[in-house]
Amino acid sequence: MTHLPYILAAYALFAVVVVGLAVGAGVRLRQATARLRAVDKRTGSR
Amino acid sequence: MDASTSIAARPTRGRLLHRFANPGRFLRLAARVQPFLTWPALLCTAVGLYGGLFLSPADYQQGDMVRIMYIHVPAAWLASQGYAALALASLLSLVWRHPLADLAAVEIGPVGAAVTALCLATGSLWGKPTWGTWWVWDARLTSVLVLFFLYIGHMMLVRAFDEPERGYRAGAILALIGAVDLPIIKYSVAWWNTLHQPASITLTGAPTIAGSLLWPLAFSTLGLTLGFWAVVTARLRAAVMERRVRGLLSAQAAAA
Repeated sequence: MTHLPYILAAYALFAVVVVGLAVGAGVRLRQATARLRAVDKRTGSR
Repeated sequence: MDASTSIAARPTRGRLLHRFANPGRFLRLAARVQPFLTWPALLCTAVGLYGGLFLSPADYQQGDMVRIMYIHVPAAWLASQGYAALALASLLSLVWRHPLADLAAVEIGPVGAAVTALCLATGSLWGKPTWGTWWVWDARLTSVLVLFFLYIGHMMLVRAFDEPERGYRAGAILALIGAVDLPIIKYSVAWWNTLHQPASITLTGAPTIAGSLLWPLAFSTLGLTLGFWAVVTARLRAAVMERRVRGLLSAQAAAA
């Protein structure tokens, strides 16, 4: 397979983008949930 | 038209449109929907990519290079689909003042830009060994590059104002004007003589791609589409929570 480096590069790029987006969204959601819970508790709005 | 009918009809439409605009209701609904997007996305993507890399045959002309198709085509589809959703959210924001539409547009932007960049990069990696060049200024490639710049422009514009509402409005206008690029992308290969191949899958005709190559493509496209919306939903949930935190803290500061 002479074109293997191109295929590997494409899939590596794909993995970086997908994992980056998914982990970024997950971390942000987790942080936002924790922060909202803390602020809600402090202000007693729930 | 009877005036009383038109006045009576308007609030009904408004209620329907704004039914899921309540942040609390949206968060509850989105939390329920999230697993139904995330887990099928992982499963379909895994099946599609495994099938594409290990089970589907090499193309009779391109050989194994065709395996880039299983990520390039879904990325291209999502680049356009994401922008269509961005334009729709902008329309909802400008015309109906839907409270979550601005946030949705802001959260779709970076995800759409990332998949458009992925589409361009994987296309380039596919183009070099098959066309002999990394890039050519043909209509399809150029119109997708314009789409990438539209995403970047939207992301910059919504953050360019001290008052967020003005940024959202400017971004929405740009998104709606930029939507003209979508039919240009779609029909570029038909309207102009391009190096890029015409569509292999259309709504009106049978696919011109072998079934053994088609099924992994269908799985990876479905999986990545669900994954795209899972990421957008998670980002939108976080954005709604962040907005609520800011609101609570402002109210607390005002009361103190």
